[in-house]
This record gives sequence, structure tokens and C-alpha cells, in this order.
Amino acid sequence: MRLHLYAVLVALSTAVLIFAGGLVTSTGSGLSVPDWPTTYGWFMFTFPLDKMVGGIRFEHAHRLIASTVGFLILVLAAWLRLAEPRQWVRRLGYIALGAVVTQGILGGITVLWFLPDPISIAHASLAQLVFCLTIAIALTTSPGWKRAYAERGPVPDDRILQQIATATTVLVYGQILVGATMRHTDAGLAIPDFPLAFGHLIPPSWDPKIAVHFAHRVGALVVTIFALATTGHVFYHHRSRPELWRPSALLLVLITLQITLGALTVLSHKHYIINSLHVVTGASVLATSLVLALRTRRGSVDRLTGSREHDESYRMHRNVRPVRGHA
Amino acid sequence: MNTYLRLCLAFLLLGSIACGGGNTEKSAAPPATAVADPVNPDTAGALKGSIKLEGTPPAAQTINRRSDPYCEQQGEAKTQNFIVSNGGLENVFVYVKDGLGDMKFPVPTTAVVLDQKGCSYAPRVFGIQAGQPLEILNSDETLHNIHALPMNNREFNRGQALKGLKHTHVFTTAEVMVPFKCDVHNWMNAWVGVLNHPFYTVSGSGGAFDIQRLPPGTYSIEAWHEKLGTQTQMVTIGPKETKELSFTFKL
Repeated sequence: MRLHLYAVLVALSTAVLIFAGGLVTSTGSGLSVPDWPTTYGWFMFTFPLDKMVGGIRFEHAHRLIASTVGFLILVLAAWLRLAEPRQWVRRLGYIALGAVVTQGILGGITVLWFLPDPISIAHASLAQLVFCLTIAIALTTSPGWKRAYAERGPVPDDRILQQIATATTVLVYGQILVGATMRHTDAGLAIPDFPLAFGHLIPPSWDPKIAVHFAHRVGALVVTIFALATTGHVFYHHRSRPELWRPSALLLVLITLQITLGALTVLSHKHYIINSLHVVTGASVLATSLVLALRTRRGSVDRLTGSREHDESYRMHRNVRPVRGHA
Repeated sequence: MNTYLRLCLAFLLLGSIACGGGNTEKSAAPPATAVADPVNPDTAGALKGSIKLEGTPPAAQTINRRSDPYCEQQGEAKTQNFIVSNGGLENVFVYVKDGLGDMKFPVPTTAVVLDQKGCSYAPRVFGIQAGQPLEILNSDETLHNIHALPMNNREFNRGQALKGLKHTHVFTTAEVMVPFKCDVHNWMNAWVGVLNHPFYTVSGSGGAFDIQRLPPGTYSIEAWHEKLGTQTQMVTIGPKETKELSFTFKL
């Protein structure tokens, strides 16, 4: 249980990091600290607080939070290695550690190379994957997951739900990639009005920025349709399963909030707080859809990973003790 | 190499990273080759004129500088996109765009200074010759980063954490204009016109400009303004002739 709570803390801190990263790009502060890994020649952790002014407040704070999250993930990976019997969950820890280290290096490179679009977009996209990994670890170390949500019988092996929930997650991630591209190519206000585009349903003229921006709007519509389909399916067929309807309901709430924030981002001419909230809410939509998709596949995870002997439900049922290294 | 020596070297490396360098930096530049001045002072002419502005420019806005207490203490600062005096527009870069042919001109060795003072750039618009040193100075008791965003030259971004720090840079290729910005203080902007010749100036009070020592010839003269773009006119200058030229930007 402690490990699970710690994993939740790591996931939350990763969300804070994504918000801090959103603030850096929203305020155009990405190059306010020109050097890396030092800060104006200082060792990062000894940089004087009174020198955190202007854009440095956002960029240096982002670096400090990122270092903290990196350390938290290092501890999480070590803790999983010591205490987690399921090999595939331990591997998630290693992958998260590798991803966060890569993420840090990408962050450094993008500063040293003056924010090239591909590197900055990769940095933004990998951040979401790191967040997904911490969410997956928090989920799979939770008591509910270990019990296989067995209070109301076995998790239904609903193939349709599995497919649309997975498709929703993939689409949300794709939508985030398009959003990151829009953000880093400065296309956030390429279409200055909302909900119409230059007063029309379809933009009357096109350039690459307008195309990326419009793709993000169309993507929002597609994601919403899939989220509604997933949620509708859950409420119609699995209303008695709280592990499914709770994230479904949350998904709808978050998508409504996210579309509102997206509209406000345009209408407020990219106010940096609204813009950053849009980024972190997007990450929350992804995390929620991932949780739902994983839970729909809870039954098949055992078959795929061969970890059934370590489930609490199985142990309780068979009265067996977990054995390290046999996951 | 014994372990102790390795440890010492590692410590020195870390120390050099942590402590940074000295207070003056230089970007590598190719040595300037000596070129004879092709301008004959007995025949050289001049170009004088002014930049007019038609229409009412937007009122200067007060810049919110609360993100840095030092900058806020420097007093109220206003936007400087349109500086109009006596009906003339200041801070317009005027230069010979074309007409000099293959003439080569000596490159001054004295540095042009771009100062960061009062959390603003001084000057805001200026010119320099390719190969001429540009000395960027921090006169403020706060941090600045000097970030140049050229299209044809090498982009650079240097941090200047302390008052008195200098960084010398040399642009190698002609480019009009190269923008500078400070990512710490997002209101700070400057522009430099980099040219292969010395025939450029920036309009001053009343929008007046003056380019001296022009060899006789027919030239394309361009005027650049940070918000209003460019205008170009042709002019022919005879021996010892001073021509008048006027540009009018419309809002």
C-alpha cells in the first residue's frame, strides 16, 4: 500500500512537472537560461533564489521540479525492484526511469540547440509517456488492481469496450502530439476565432500553421466522439462496475474542461495560465483514458504477463505466498 | 594516471562548470583582411532625407516589468515601437541595398556596443559591418540573456548574470535585420542591420537620416521599420552631389 501511495505521489508530481513545462512554453521562457545543465554558470541547485527573475522563474523552476521528479522516479524504480514481485511491473519502473532520464537530456538539448521544433515536440510528447508510465505503475500497484476488482465478480472480458477504450487512449495521445506541434510551431493563434475558423466552419485559406491548428480542433472532435462512445458503452453495459464508470465519468468531465480551456486559450490570446492548464488537463485526459483502457483489460493482463500467481485475489483464493523472480 | 590525480581532474572539471568563466567572452571570428578604401573623397557624395509617418501611431503602452524587481525600480518604461518627433519617425534603419557592385570596404576594428541598461537595449536599432566586432554589455544589476535570431548568421544565446559582463560577437554574413531578444525580460527587443559596406544609418530626431561618403552611382535605398516593414527607392548620386530623399510610412 505504501508503494502504491508513493507511486500516486510520483504521478501527481509528474503532472505538476507537465504544468511547469507548460508555463515555460506559454511564457516563452524556454531560452531564458541559456546554459544546461548549469544555470548561468551556477550548479543548478545552488542558483541564488533572488536571481530567479523574469523568464528564469519558469525555466529554472521547471528544471528543479524535473530534477525532483527524476529523483522520485529513481526511488520508485528502486522500490519496485526491492518490493514488487511482478517482473513486468518492475520493468515499468525501469522504463519510467529510462524515459525520465531521456526526457531530461532532451530538455537540455532543446535549450542548447535553441528549441528546434522536432526536439521540443519530442520533449513534450515524451513527457506524456513518462506521465503514462507513472500512472500505469500507480494503477498496477493499487489494491483494486491486485484484487482484480473482484468484489463484483471477474472483470468482464468485453472486447468492444477494450478496443474503443484503447482507441480513445491512442487518439488522445495523437491529439496531444498535434497539440505539441501546434504549440511549438507557434500555431496556437493561427485561427484566431472560436468555435468558427475565420468566420467559417472550414478555414477559407490554408497554410501549415492553420492546417496544424485546424487538425487539433478536428482531433478534439474525434476524441470527444470516441470518449462518448466509450463512456456510453460503460454506462449501458457495465454500470455496476465502479472501476469502469468512475474513470468514464471523469473522462467526460475532463474533456468538457479541456475543450473549454482550449477555447479560452484562443479567446484569451494564449493567456499563459489558461494555456498551461490546457496542457496539464490534456495529460489528465490521457491518464484517465489510459486507466480505463487498462482496467478493461485487467483480466487479459494476467494471461499476457503470466503474473496471476502474484495477484492478491489469487493468493487469497489459493492461499499461496508471492515468490520473487517467478513473475 | 593514479586515482588521486583522476579525482583532482574530475573536481577541477566540476568546479569549472559550477563557477563559470571570466567576465569577458568572445565568439570566434575570422580575422579581418585589410582592404583599401575604394571611396574617393574628391568625388564622394551624400544622401540626406527624412522618414515621415502618415497616420496616428498607437499610444505607447506602459510595460509591466514586475517580473523583475530591479527592472521595476528603474521607473516606468513604455513601448518604443513608434517614436515620432516633429512628424518624423525615428529608429528606421536606412541603408544602401543595392548598387555598390563588387566594391569591398574596410571593416572597422572598433566595436559597436549594444548595452543592456535599465532593462532596455541601447540602441534599439543599429547597424554594423560584417566582420566588425559587436560588444554586448550588461550595465544592469540583474541577469540578461542576449539571444540573437538571425536567418543567415549563427544563432547565439548568452547569459550575462552580473553587471559589467561583456560578450563580443562577430557577424560574418550580411543580413538585414537580425533580431535580438532577452528571454528573461520579454519586452526587450533590438535589431541590427549587418552589411558588407558602411552606407547605413538610423533615423534620429524628426526622422532625419544622413549617409555620407557615397561613391557616385545609382543605388537602391531601403528603409526598414520594426512594425511597418520596408520601403525602397532608387537614387542616383553624381560626383560631390548631396541628394535629398524622403520615405513616408503609412499606418
